[in-house]
Amino acid sequence: MRLPCPLCGDRDRREFYYQGHALMLERPLRDAGDAAWDNYLHNRDNPAGETRDLWHHEAGCGAWIVVTRNTVTHEVLDAILVEKARV
Amino acid sequence: MVKLIANSPFSKLLPKTIGTVTLTDIDSGKMTLVAPFKGQQKLVSDALKSTLGVEFPAPNRTLGKMPRSVWFGRGLALIIGADCPDLDGAACFDHSDAWAIVRLDGTDTSAILARLTPIDLRESTFKCGHTARTLIGHMTGCITRLGVQSFEVMVMRSMAATLVHELTQVAKNIAARPVISA
Repeated sequence: MRLPCPLCGDRDRREFYYQGHALMLERPLRDAGDAAWDNYLHNRDNPAGETRDLWHHEAGCGAWIVVTRNTVTHEVLDAILVEKARV
Repeated sequence: MVKLIANSPFSKLLPKTIGTVTLTDIDSGKMTLVAPFKGQQKLVSDALKSTLGVEFPAPNRTLGKMPRSVWFGRGLALIIGADCPDLDGAACFDHSDAWAIVRLDGTDTSAILARLTPIDLRESTFKCGHTARTLIGHMTGCITRLGVQSFEVMVMRSMAATLVHELTQVAKNIAARPVISA
């Protein structure tokens, strides 16, 4: 598996660390309530299909990236820097 | 004052020739890691250009000979071989003596590195002046192409002996292949 790092280009999966769903970037407000915080911290979908995950290019440039990939076909569709993903 | 003797990270380990490949120690002198603050990269690049003659490099590139600048990750550049000027728009860290650098020359250099790193080292994609932060065996480091058959491999100083061990082992394996198949 290769991930297209927006800075380094296609790189081997060994260079990356997997964090989890990109939902982590959408932190609820402090007073958003228990349900929102419960969702943010604990509840994740387990999609058969397209998913967006956070990966860290730890053995490379050190950037955090959001990777869009398909869990059924293993196709990697897109990768952008986290700084560009959070507008 | 006691006179301290500066030791190379590779003292007693290098230089070494195995098969067609020569490993030599590179003494790079002063090294400074430059991390421009948000939105300051252009200013920092201009300041470096006017004082040292090298700009802040684009991702995966290196500029100049000595001094030179090497891209060292997102928003980072390593200035090698000169005192870094005062830069208002960047955080600067002294990395002198923090890195161990080996130069590899010879026909089998690509074949040797290909066994240790996951990146594509073919000359069509990894050209002269290209650099990459990547894995070398289990170590994170930096590989730069210096010429058709020359590379520079950089790891943290504490891992110098491991780097020589890995390179030596692989070079011996590669050198043994024609002997075995003959």
